[in-house]
Amino acid sequence: MSDLSDFPGGLHLNDQKSLSNQSLIQPGPLPDRLWVPLQQHIGTPAEPVVQPGDAVGKGQLIARATDTISAAVHAPASGTLQAIADYPIAHTSGLPAPCLVIQTDGQDIRADLPPPIRNYYDTDPDILRERIRWAGIVGLGGALFPTSVKAQPACAVHTLIINAVECEPYITCDDRLMREQAADLISGVEIMRTLIRPERTLIGIEDNKPEALAALQVALAGHPQIALRSVPTRYPSGGERQLIRVLTDLSVPSGGLPSDIGVLCQNVATCVAVADAVLRGQPLITRIVTLTGRGVVRPGNYRTLIGTRLDALIEHVGGYTADAQRLVLGGPMMGVSLAHDQVPITKGSNCFIVGTADELPEPPPAQPCIRCGACVPVCPANLLPQQLYWHARARDLEKTQAYHLFDCIECGCCAQVCPAQIPLVDYYRHAKAEIVSAQREQVKADRARERHEARQQRLVRQKAERQAKMRRKQEALQKQSNLADDPQQAVIAAAVARVAARKAPPDGTE
Amino acid sequence: MWSAVLAIAALALFFGLLLGYAAIRFRVQGDPVADQVDALLPQTQCGQCSYAGCRPYAEAIAAGEAEINRCPPGGEVTMVALADLLGRDPVPLADEAAAAKPKSVARIIEQDCIGCTLCIQACPVDAILGAAKQMHTVIADECTGCDLCLPPCPVDCIRMEPVADTSATWRWPAP
Repeated sequence: MSDLSDFPGGLHLNDQKSLSNQSLIQPGPLPDRLWVPLQQHIGTPAEPVVQPGDAVGKGQLIARATDTISAAVHAPASGTLQAIADYPIAHTSGLPAPCLVIQTDGQDIRADLPPPIRNYYDTDPDILRERIRWAGIVGLGGALFPTSVKAQPACAVHTLIINAVECEPYITCDDRLMREQAADLISGVEIMRTLIRPERTLIGIEDNKPEALAALQVALAGHPQIALRSVPTRYPSGGERQLIRVLTDLSVPSGGLPSDIGVLCQNVATCVAVADAVLRGQPLITRIVTLTGRGVVRPGNYRTLIGTRLDALIEHVGGYTADAQRLVLGGPMMGVSLAHDQVPITKGSNCFIVGTADELPEPPPAQPCIRCGACVPVCPANLLPQQLYWHARARDLEKTQAYHLFDCIECGCCAQVCPAQIPLVDYYRHAKAEIVSAQREQVKADRARERHEARQQRLVRQKAERQAKMRRKQEALQKQSNLADDPQQAVIAAAVARVAARKAPPDGTE
Repeated sequence: MWSAVLAIAALALFFGLLLGYAAIRFRVQGDPVADQVDALLPQTQCGQCSYAGCRPYAEAIAAGEAEINRCPPGGEVTMVALADLLGRDPVPLADEAAAAKPKSVARIIEQDCIGCTLCIQACPVDAILGAAKQMHTVIADECTGCDLCLPPCPVDCIRMEPVADTSATWRWPAP
């Protein structure tokens, strides 16, 4: 593979993938109740279009996209909408978010779905984009950005990259999907190609997935426009910027997007969802979840209805082992710990790890940074992790930005190699959140200043208007009294007064 | 010798005219320091600094008449930013208790509102909507939580409610 480039840093990790990728994708449960969050994507939350008490069919639109950057939500199963209420979601904060609660009826009655579009290659691209938007498809690799927006690039795209790398340990949902649905994946890629019209299309896959690679090779027969590239296994080669670097030798500029250099990345599961929406008229109501770790009885991949609670899924697959200790959403490197399992599965829930104490030990107490610099050579974004840490710790947010904090992809390589076991990524996440929050406050302050100034101006204007009105009135009165001074007018006024006096009754009561 | 004197005089005249022109052409309107200070203040317009709003306080700071620790809504962050900007030493906040108050927005208990418009007149950012003898309501997105609408209300129907964190506004805590 001489045409491949390389990215800086990265780590070779024990991938633990064989725990969950040995068996076929199994169906998930059909629970009594589903909690479907309104916000499962980047952008504005969806807006419910059904009322509590309404019957919903499987696949029926229950919340519509409100904005360009938003995604629709569909009923994953038939039943009755019970409520629209706040419910805990899989988020580090543990805070609740609005969910549509569906009481399922077990009938799986399908709603009226749009017809399949089989001849997508000569269908109007806008119809295809509208279909993708209707289906509520978002980037299933973890970014959760609405796919319909990505399928309408603002500038020309010369390279479409299909990200089949799945570099994080434990996660195997894309691996299994490629092994079992390679043909669907290629259909999805072809649909994306008709929408984006790139000069070349590359599928990047890590060389630790030989079975998926073989399945793709078979499915790619008769698709000479799509090239398959096996990339060396090194975490985080599945990061968007890293993969672009490896496959095209191009670097995404700091603070920029891949589209700035004419590249677009799509995850494999997203492509399969696109194929389902276009070729079968199916909305995104299920996703493949890797449930793994030595804390569950039967680790594997499960095709799970969106809104299924994690405890229902775990119970469905045999429950916890006796020594289950920690629950992580996502992979062991970038994932976040969850406090409990009563959270719904969403479009972005690619993996849950139930770890034992040996497997995912509680992080040991952090020691002081000794400036050894071990974090620097492993950083895949060419940053200086210890400088970032130093400034984030000192709350010097300006300095962290000067050291390109927002180019950090939070891959966790620096924290992994840190001999002082400092939770470096937590510092970066904290600093990023503080900066974003300060920016939000600044926007609010600017608006308040604008409104305050507008009000001050209005008050001044109103005062001036009142004064002008008073002046005009005074001038009018002045004019009247001036009239009285005129001798001719005085004669008339005297006559009027005489007539009035004569008409008035003598006692003067009237 | 005279040629040298003449040359120097001509140069002096030329540069004098140039500077005079520049002073008029590139004159800076207003007080740039006050603008910079104003940009750092949180714009709640609450008057807790004892000035009539953020802008007057900024002007007082710029003129060296006011301390930089008088802004409770800005808290320590604003104080440190002001100290940085002006090259002054950070000082402890004048009113620690007020600074510790959580961010809040006003809410009108609508069934109690008599439509007197006094709160509308008090609101520095026009965040209250209503008319005489009509029920008033607060535009929560625009409310700065300044508390200025509370004292004028004759029926005490305005409450300050702390802004709750949602998963969208939640901030990753310091490790």
